Amino acid sequence: MRLSSSVFASFCLLIELLGIALFLRGFFPVPVKSSLSSKSKLSDLPAEPLAGNPNSTKVPPPLFKRVVIILIDALREDFIFGPNGKRFMPYTRHIVERGSSHSFIAKARPPTVTMPRIKALTTGSIPGFIDVVMNLNSPAVLEDNVIWQAKNSGKRIIFYGDDTWVRLFPKHFMEYDGTTSFFVSDYTEVDNNVTRHLDSTLKRDDWDVLILHYLGLDHIGHISGPHSSLIGPKLLEMDDVIKKIHASLISREAEGTLPNLMVLCSDHGMSETGSHGGSSEPEISTPLILISPLFQRKVGLEQPAMVEQVDLAPTLALALALPISQNSVGRLIPAVFEEASLREQLRFLHMNGHQLSSLLRDSNPNFHKEDGYEQFRMAEKTHGNWMKLYMDGNTSEVLGNMGKKLLKQYLEALQAMSAALSKQLGKYDMYSMIVGMSLILQVLVLLVLAMPEALSRAACVDVPVASAFLSLPFYLLCLLGSSIHVLVCTSAEASCYFCSLPWLLAFTAILFSSALLCSLVAMAARYVPIPGSPQPKTSSDWTLSELDILLLTGTVGHTLSLGASSFVEEEHQTWYFLLNTLCLAVFQDVCRKYFRERRRPGDDEEDDPLLPSIAEEDASQATFSPAAELGVSVGSEKWLALSTPILTLACCRLLRSLNQTGVQWAHLPDLSHWLNSGDHKVVLSLLAALSLLLIFLLVQRRCSLVSKIALALGLLGVYSYRAAVGNVLFPWQHSGRSISKGTGEARFVYIFILGILFTGVKDLLRSQVMSSAVEGRRLKSRGLWEVYSGVVLLVALLFRAHNLPTLACCLLIQTLMAQFIWKKLHYDAAQTTIMHYWFGQAFFYFQGNSNNIATVDISVGFVGLESYVEAPAVFLTAFSTYAGPLLWACHLVCYLSSERDRAALSLGHGSYCFALLRSVPAVFYVVLVTALRYHLFIWSVFSPKLLYEAMHTLVTAAVCLP
Amino acid sequence: MWDVEIRGMASAHAIIAASIFMATIMPAVLVEKFSVYGTHLVWLYSVAGSVAVVNIAVFWLLGISPPTKKNTLSYKLSKLFRSCVYFLLSCLFFHTVVVLYGAPLLESALETFSLAVLLSTFTTLRCLCILGPNVQAWIRVFSRDGAMSVWDTSLQITTGCSVVGAWLGAFPIPLDWDRPWQVWPISCSLGTTIGFLTGLLTAPLWIRWHRKQLTYKLK
Repeated sequence: MRLSSSVFASFCLLIELLGIALFLRGFFPVPVKSSLSSKSKLSDLPAEPLAGNPNSTKVPPPLFKRVVIILIDALREDFIFGPNGKRFMPYTRHIVERGSSHSFIAKARPPTVTMPRIKALTTGSIPGFIDVVMNLNSPAVLEDNVIWQAKNSGKRIIFYGDDTWVRLFPKHFMEYDGTTSFFVSDYTEVDNNVTRHLDSTLKRDDWDVLILHYLGLDHIGHISGPHSSLIGPKLLEMDDVIKKIHASLISREAEGTLPNLMVLCSDHGMSETGSHGGSSEPEISTPLILISPLFQRKVGLEQPAMVEQVDLAPTLALALALPISQNSVGRLIPAVFEEASLREQLRFLHMNGHQLSSLLRDSNPNFHKEDGYEQFRMAEKTHGNWMKLYMDGNTSEVLGNMGKKLLKQYLEALQAMSAALSKQLGKYDMYSMIVGMSLILQVLVLLVLAMPEALSRAACVDVPVASAFLSLPFYLLCLLGSSIHVLVCTSAEASCYFCSLPWLLAFTAILFSSALLCSLVAMAARYVPIPGSPQPKTSSDWTLSELDILLLTGTVGHTLSLGASSFVEEEHQTWYFLLNTLCLAVFQDVCRKYFRERRRPGDDEEDDPLLPSIAEEDASQATFSPAAELGVSVGSEKWLALSTPILTLACCRLLRSLNQTGVQWAHLPDLSHWLNSGDHKVVLSLLAALSLLLIFLLVQRRCSLVSKIALALGLLGVYSYRAAVGNVLFPWQHSGRSISKGTGEARFVYIFILGILFTGVKDLLRSQVMSSAVEGRRLKSRGLWEVYSGVVLLVALLFRAHNLPTLACCLLIQTLMAQFIWKKLHYDAAQTTIMHYWFGQAFFYFQGNSNNIATVDISVGFVGLESYVEAPAVFLTAFSTYAGPLLWACHLVCYLSSERDRAALSLGHGSYCFALLRSVPAVFYVVLVTALRYHLFIWSVFSPKLLYEAMHTLVTAAVCLP
Repeated sequence: MWDVEIRGMASAHAIIAASIFMATIMPAVLVEKFSVYGTHLVWLYSVAGSVAVVNIAVFWLLGISPPTKKNTLSYKLSKLFRSCVYFLLSCLFFHTVVVLYGAPLLESALETFSLAVLLSTFTTLRCLCILGPNVQAWIRVFSRDGAMSVWDTSLQITTGCSVVGAWLGAFPIPLDWDRPWQVWPISCSLGTTIGFLTGLLTAPLWIRWHRKQLTYKLK
């Protein structure tokens, strides 16, 4: 099957997109969410099951008056229950062995990082991966949680410790003091900051819940590991704190009131090297000790029972007579409620079961088939009967025995339901990930193998699909793939997206993948020289100029730099750096062209020829005398060409200081802050107006008259939209105007955008039926340019006022480079494409984006809309976020198709290079993320970048398709 | 003849390299509380100064400089003056490039300029010593196939290595390791110095290795 390069590239990108989508679906399992968006209320609680009689909806009274939660970061279970516990935590150990307490080992779910674990402890749900990524925007917990419920029911909460809590629960605490965990090397101050409040707080009576989060132990773990000599004193210190709190609670225990509860827990453990984040046994085992006079005294050390970390949330909620949070998958810890009456115990279990069953009903379409659901229904019925007997005043032993049986039945049902729910959560769907990954890897190999053909003069790729379909290995591979599919799907215990696809679709995918593999092998075989046959003339004339070397090393270097989390965070620096070097290299080329053996400014030997043996690539071009298109003489053209790279460099430097981005230096003041600060509105207005004028001047050159007028009116509309929203000032309207949403103005601009796009498309269509080739080409390039100017107008509308200079600079650089550099220096399509790609990447960051979801400007989705409408909002947001790369890609299409005699050829080369450039980092990144899926920063750094990469591939595919 | 020249160059390079090491050791003895990271500018200027002095001395003693037509004092003075101006211009040029690369414009301008001085010492000063303040000759040397002697080739190599070293030295700056050498401009100046040393080392070796391929046109 012969395909032209551009069709081949779009085809590859489409397959890659499918592969990435499948991978993402496996990497981010869909979170279990209740369909109700509100939070649980007391009035929603289920009535006590009672056949016949009017149901009682009364909530059982709380078991405890006050609760103190002590969370010690990275407290491993063996620090208390192990042999070291006796030495370093004598008091705690004493309570565990002899005191009135219950101790458990709570299992945390990976990734064992503080923030998601706090969420798990408070909401009772296991935060899905996509959840965390999506919530980076607003770190506050929006889900239903125990803290919110407690606050809502009038409990006064005090918090001291890690400020993650303060960010997660803003305005929830009556009093708080957050310590930042930024300085890992400090392990005394962080804890003293918490302990110093203890004495005064414990004396007071005006609080109900006290939460303490100690960070020191975690810091010691990071510094020197779990066996360091620092651990002992730290544990002793913690033991003292526990002793102090316990003594104070006991002394204030008054007769007649409810007892107090003290909870000692941890968010995650510590591996043998002292770090955490993964899923090894020491990292996920944390102690959970509940201490209260309510409990019976222990008589000796028992092996602590295993519970899940999420079980704490429903237990606490029920014990404080609060509704269980909606998305909780935990089940109550029965030991805590042992002292309550049988009726109350059953009531608690029923409430928990009801909550779990409704969550199960919402999240699983096949909930009827789940064992737990059936069991719960049965138990509920029995419960009704039991209540009937109970209300009748039956107090026989039969009732007691029946109740005990019912209790057991409930517990089993809860366990089954909880297991069914958590099975869907917090696990990577490795099978889907691997299938997606193998798909995109195949595409990458296909792209690489096709390189010589795709960049040849014919720009055609011959993919041997037909022969692959007829070969024996193809059928064998199909069979193999299908059998593996059946094997994996029938034996998988976790839910798997690829298996839940219809069988026909899955088998089509397998069929397709094996065909691809066969044709890959066939293509690779072409390059293996056949022994005996004369050696074909290999690429002996394959020489690289310095620019080629720079472009190649830059691309490879950037791809490799994605492996380090800091480089991902500060990716913009890499691009700015590469772009600057590119400009200097181009400058050197320009100098070489114009000052051959005559005059040349000093020493810009940024990668100057180190090797004199490098062949000259364009010595013959020196005599080329370019036609003056803009009506400039040869002399001034020389100077313009010389100043272009310098001007580009200056523009880049300005834009770089316009928007500070990244992580480390994002807080530094930049020009956009200065412009938006209110006092400088006049400057901002002038700047915006100037930029719009510049945009008009640069774009209108090659448009037809109609679109020129439309463009001018559209840009005026943009300005009046910004004025209406209140960003900029009208010169003749100084009095305070009421700030509207500017819907009218924005819609006015939209009409012009549609008009320009329409004229462009009309010209393009007309050029297809045009008989004269010259006229047709002229019309086609005009049509393309009009489409491009429509895109520019839309970007101008969506960009914030302070970003309009970015757009203007972008257009300026494009015009100058196209006019004086790319055309005059005869860069081929591949080089031009790579440069466009680099510029696009840099402009992505120039406009203020970063690899963090938080920098996506969501307000763009409301431009010209009265209220939130999902489809256009998502489209507009994606469009404005990727405006930079998109503009450069559009310009590339315009530029390449304007080449005189070989437009189709260079378009083919260009789109092929673009596809390859996009695939290499995407594939590398996917493989990397799979390898690093237990990395500490996988959520905060790598996952958002993954989403950006996927989105970028989507945008690229959208551009390549036409 | 080849061997003699290469040996001469190797020893000259060895002396220059030794001067860099000396410039690192000497302040440690003389200046109190000296450290390469802490008092970086002291180190930087001591290296730049010693390399400058040694370069001038070595090339003056060896007599590599281009033959002068006139030998009058005023001509020599004007040549010296022009050299100084060129050196200053090249410092400014490097400073601009570094700022364009993203160095802060106003704050730590002194550090940026010091880096520019270091770069100029390693590149422009050697050009001035070997070629004299003659732009035509510079262009000839730095265009392709323009080298006319082993010294020209060595100039190409050391200059390229220094600049590439500075370029590579900028990479670790955005990393969040919080190391003392990540402070601007330490990593860049260290990169420059290491690049320069590498250039000094490789130039004789490379020329020796490629002496068959190298054919210099006669002057």
